[in-house]
Amino acid sequence: MSEAAATVQEEEKQERSARLRDDIVTTMLAIVAALLIGAVLIAFSYERSLDSLSYVFSYPQDFFRHSGDAIWTSYEAMVKGSVGSISALSETLERAAPLICAGLGVALAFRAGLFNIGAQGQMIVAALAAGYVGWTWDLPVGLHLLVSIGAAVVVGGCYGGFVGALKARTGAHEVITTIMLNYIALLGILAFALLHPAFQRPGQTEPLSDRVADSAAYPVIGDLHLGILVALLAAALTWWILDRSTLGFQLKAVGSNPEAARTAGMSVPMAYTSAMVLAGVFSGLAATMLVNGDRFAISSTLFGTIGFDAITVALLGRGKPLGTVLAGLLFGALQVGGRAMEATSVGTSPDLAQVLQALIVLFVAAPALIAALTRRRRREPPPAFAAPSTQEEAA
Amino acid sequence: MKLEIRGLTKRFGSFTANDGIDLTVEEGEIHCLLGENGAGKSTLMNMLYGLLEPTEGEILVDGEPVSFSSPGDAIDRGIGMVHQHFMLVPVFTVAENVALGREDVRGPGILDRRASARRVRELSEAYRLSVEPDAIVETLPVGVQQRVEILKALTREAKVLILDEPTAVLTPQETDELFAIMRRLKAEGTSIIFITHKLREVRAVADRISVIRRGKVVGTTSPQASEAELAELMVGRKVNLVVEKSEREAGAPVLSARDLVVVDPRGHQVVKGVSLDVRAGEVLCVAGVQGNGQTELVKSLLGLVRAEGGSITLAGEDITHDSPRARLERGIGYVPEDRSSDGFVGDFSIRDNLVLDLFRSEQFSRGPALALRAIADNAEARIEEFDIRTPSASTHVAALSGGNQQKVVVAREMSRPLTVLIAAQPTRGVDVGSIEFIHQRIIAERDQGVAVLIVSTELDEVYALADRIAVMYDGRVVDVVGPDTPREEIGLLMAGGRDSTDGQNDVEDIA
Repeated sequence: MSEAAATVQEEEKQERSARLRDDIVTTMLAIVAALLIGAVLIAFSYERSLDSLSYVFSYPQDFFRHSGDAIWTSYEAMVKGSVGSISALSETLERAAPLICAGLGVALAFRAGLFNIGAQGQMIVAALAAGYVGWTWDLPVGLHLLVSIGAAVVVGGCYGGFVGALKARTGAHEVITTIMLNYIALLGILAFALLHPAFQRPGQTEPLSDRVADSAAYPVIGDLHLGILVALLAAALTWWILDRSTLGFQLKAVGSNPEAARTAGMSVPMAYTSAMVLAGVFSGLAATMLVNGDRFAISSTLFGTIGFDAITVALLGRGKPLGTVLAGLLFGALQVGGRAMEATSVGTSPDLAQVLQALIVLFVAAPALIAALTRRRRREPPPAFAAPSTQEEAA
Repeated sequence: MKLEIRGLTKRFGSFTANDGIDLTVEEGEIHCLLGENGAGKSTLMNMLYGLLEPTEGEILVDGEPVSFSSPGDAIDRGIGMVHQHFMLVPVFTVAENVALGREDVRGPGILDRRASARRVRELSEAYRLSVEPDAIVETLPVGVQQRVEILKALTREAKVLILDEPTAVLTPQETDELFAIMRRLKAEGTSIIFITHKLREVRAVADRISVIRRGKVVGTTSPQASEAELAELMVGRKVNLVVEKSEREAGAPVLSARDLVVVDPRGHQVVKGVSLDVRAGEVLCVAGVQGNGQTELVKSLLGLVRAEGGSITLAGEDITHDSPRARLERGIGYVPEDRSSDGFVGDFSIRDNLVLDLFRSEQFSRGPALALRAIADNAEARIEEFDIRTPSASTHVAALSGGNQQKVVVAREMSRPLTVLIAAQPTRGVDVGSIEFIHQRIIAERDQGVAVLIVSTELDEVYALADRIAVMYDGRVVDVVGPDTPREEIGLLMAGGRDSTDGQNDVEDIA
C-alpha cells in the first residue's frame, strides 16, 4: 500500500516536472521564434540588404551575405551589450529591477483574479512620494533611503488599494479603473506636480524634478545599484505570501473560485483590496529603482512603458515569482541589448527590442501556435520526447 | 439502426479507461448504461460520438464498420448526443439553436427563419415535445432546454440517441416527461443509449441494462433485476441501500429560524416567512421540488444571502447579522448544494481544500503562515477516514469524480466539532457507493448530538435520513411531518396540495 502510494507520488512529481518542462520548452520556442522573425526584420531594415534586393535574382548571394552580416552583427551586439561585460551586465540588472518589482505586483494581483493594468500609474505617484522625501527631507544615510522607499510603498499601496476597494464596494471593474487611474496619474497628478515648486527643480522651467539626495540613494557596487537585490527579496516575499501564508491562501482561493471562498467564510472584498494594495506596494518599489536607484530626475518620459512591460513580464513568468524574475531579466537584457544594436554599423533600431518582447509574449500567449509547431514531436512515443526537448532548451 | 461495439478499448497513457467493451444496441431499444462516476461511461460515449479515437476495437453501424474522427462523422451516420451540459446559445431562440450549423437559407447569407421555425414546430408536434420555436433559450426551464437538445439531434436525423446523465438536472416531474418522450422516440424506431447511475430510473425506462465498472462491461441484465442486484453489479460489492439508523431522542432546539424572509436579486420573495427548529441529535429534512426556496433558505442560514426579515438563532444566540465566517466558527458545518461552484476550489489540491474554512485555526496556521506539515497530515488522515479515492493529496479536486469531490467537502465540514450540520443535496451527482458512505456519516453526526438539517429533492434520500420532514412549497414550509408519512401524502404536500396548518407561517406576502 505505502509502496503504491510512493509510486503514485513519484508519478505526480514526474507530471509536475513535465508541466514545468512544457512551460520552459514553450518559452524557449517562443524566444527562438521571436528571434527568427526579428532576424527577418533586421535583414529587411538594413540598407545594404535592401539595395541588394534590387538585383537579387542575378546575385542572390549578395542579399543573403548582407542580411547574414546584419543579423549576426545586430544579435552579437545585443548579447555583448547586455551580458558581454560587467558594465553591460550591471546595466541589464538595473533595467530588470523595476520590471521585476512591477511584474510581481501584476502577478500577485493576477493570482487573486485581478487584472492589474495600473502598475504605470502606481509607479508614477509612488515615484513622486519617494522623490519628494528624497530631495526635501534631510535624514541620516540609510534611514533617509528607508523612509523614501517607505513613502513610495505607502503611496503606491494606497493608489493600488483604491482600485481594490472600488471593486470590493461597488464592483467597478479593475481593468477600467486602473487604466483611468493611469491617465490621472500621468496627465493629472504628474503634470501638476512637476510644475509645482515642491517637485520642480529650482531654476527649471521645464516640467522636471530634482534628483534625490545622496543619503536617499541605493548603495552602489561599482556601476551597479543594489535595487536588484531588493527586487529579488521582493520576489522571495511574493513567493512566501502566495505559497506559505494564510493571506496568499485566501487570495488564491478568491482568485480561483470566489463563490467557494465566500462560502468558506473568506471575505472577498478584503481579498481584492489586499491584493491590490500589495500590487501597488510592489509598483511603488519599482518606482524607487528609478528614483533612488538610478537617481533619475522625474519627468513625464521617465516611466516609459515599464508599467505595461510589467504585465508582459508577469504573463511570461506564468504569474509565478521565479518566472517573473527570469522574465524581468530577459526583458532587461533585451532592452539594454537593443540600444547596443543601434551603435553598430548596421544601426538596427532599438525598437526591435520592443518588437521581440511583443513577439515572445504573442507566441507564449498563443499556445496553439506553439502546439502546432511541436505537434509532430508530441505524437512520438514518450522516450523520444525527452531528447528533442532538451535540444530545444540548448538552442 | 443497429449499433454494435466490439472490443472497444481506450487507453490514456498507462491508464485504461475502457477495456475491451462489447455492446449491442438494437433498433428501437432503450439501452441503459449504468455505472458509477468514473467507471468509463463518458469515455465510451465520446468514442461513439467521434470526440475520442479508440485505441483498439471497432464500432459497427448496421453491421458495417465505421470510424469517426469528429462528431460530424458520427452525426452523418445517424448518431446524436445530448450532453449533460447543454450546448446551446442562451440568447438565441429555440429555432435558431436548432438551425445552428445547418441553417435554412433563402439565398446566400440570408437566413430563412420561418423555415427553421416550421421545422421545429413540426418535429415538436410529431414527438409531442411542446417546444415553442420562438422562445429564447435562456428563459426556458432546464427540462425544456434539454428537449431543445433532443430536437437538435432529431433534426439531424439521429437514429441512435445518446443521453448523458439526462436526469441529473431535472425535477421528478421533468424526469417523468423525459421518460415519456423517450418511449415515444423508441416507438418511432429510434434507439436510445441512456447513461445514468440512478437505479430507480434504469428500472423505470430501460429495455436492457449494461453495467460498466472500471472500464469493463461487467454484466448485461434486464430491468427485472432488483435495485440491490444492480447496485452490487455497479459497485462490485454488496451495497446497503438502507441506512442503518437507531432510534434517538432529540434534544433541545439548536438552530431556529423565525419568520425568515429572503428576497432574490430581482425583488421577488423566494422565502416567505419560514420558521424551523432543528433539534440536537435529530435529522430534519427539508423536502420539496427544486426551486421552492430551499436554496435561498439554506444560504440565508449561513449568511450568504441577507435575510430581509425574521431572525436566526443558534443555541439561543441571535446570529441573523453574523458573517458566514462567524457562523462557521460558531460550529455550523455547511455542505453546499452546488459543490463545484460553492464547495471547493477546483484547481486547489485536496490538501488545501480540506482546510478551506479551517486554515485560520491554531491547528493549521502559525501567525500569518500556514502550518504546511499539519495541513498535509490532516489530508492524509481525512483521505483515509473518508475513503477519498485519489492518486494523492496534492491532486486537484477538479480531477476527482463527483462522489470523491463530495467526500472532500463532507470530510472538511465534519473534521471540526459541529453543533449544526447543514447539507443541501448532499448526494447529488454522487455514485451509489459514496451515497451509502455519506449517509452513514451524516447519521453518525446525528448520533453524536449534532443538529442536522438536510435539504433534498430526492424523496429516497429524505426517507433514508429524516427524523422529521419539513415540506417546502412556494417559499413556505407547508407542513412538518413524521418519517413514516406515506410517499403520496408528501408528494401532495410538495405540490402545494395542503394549506399551511401550523399558523406560524401565516406571514403577509410583502412582495
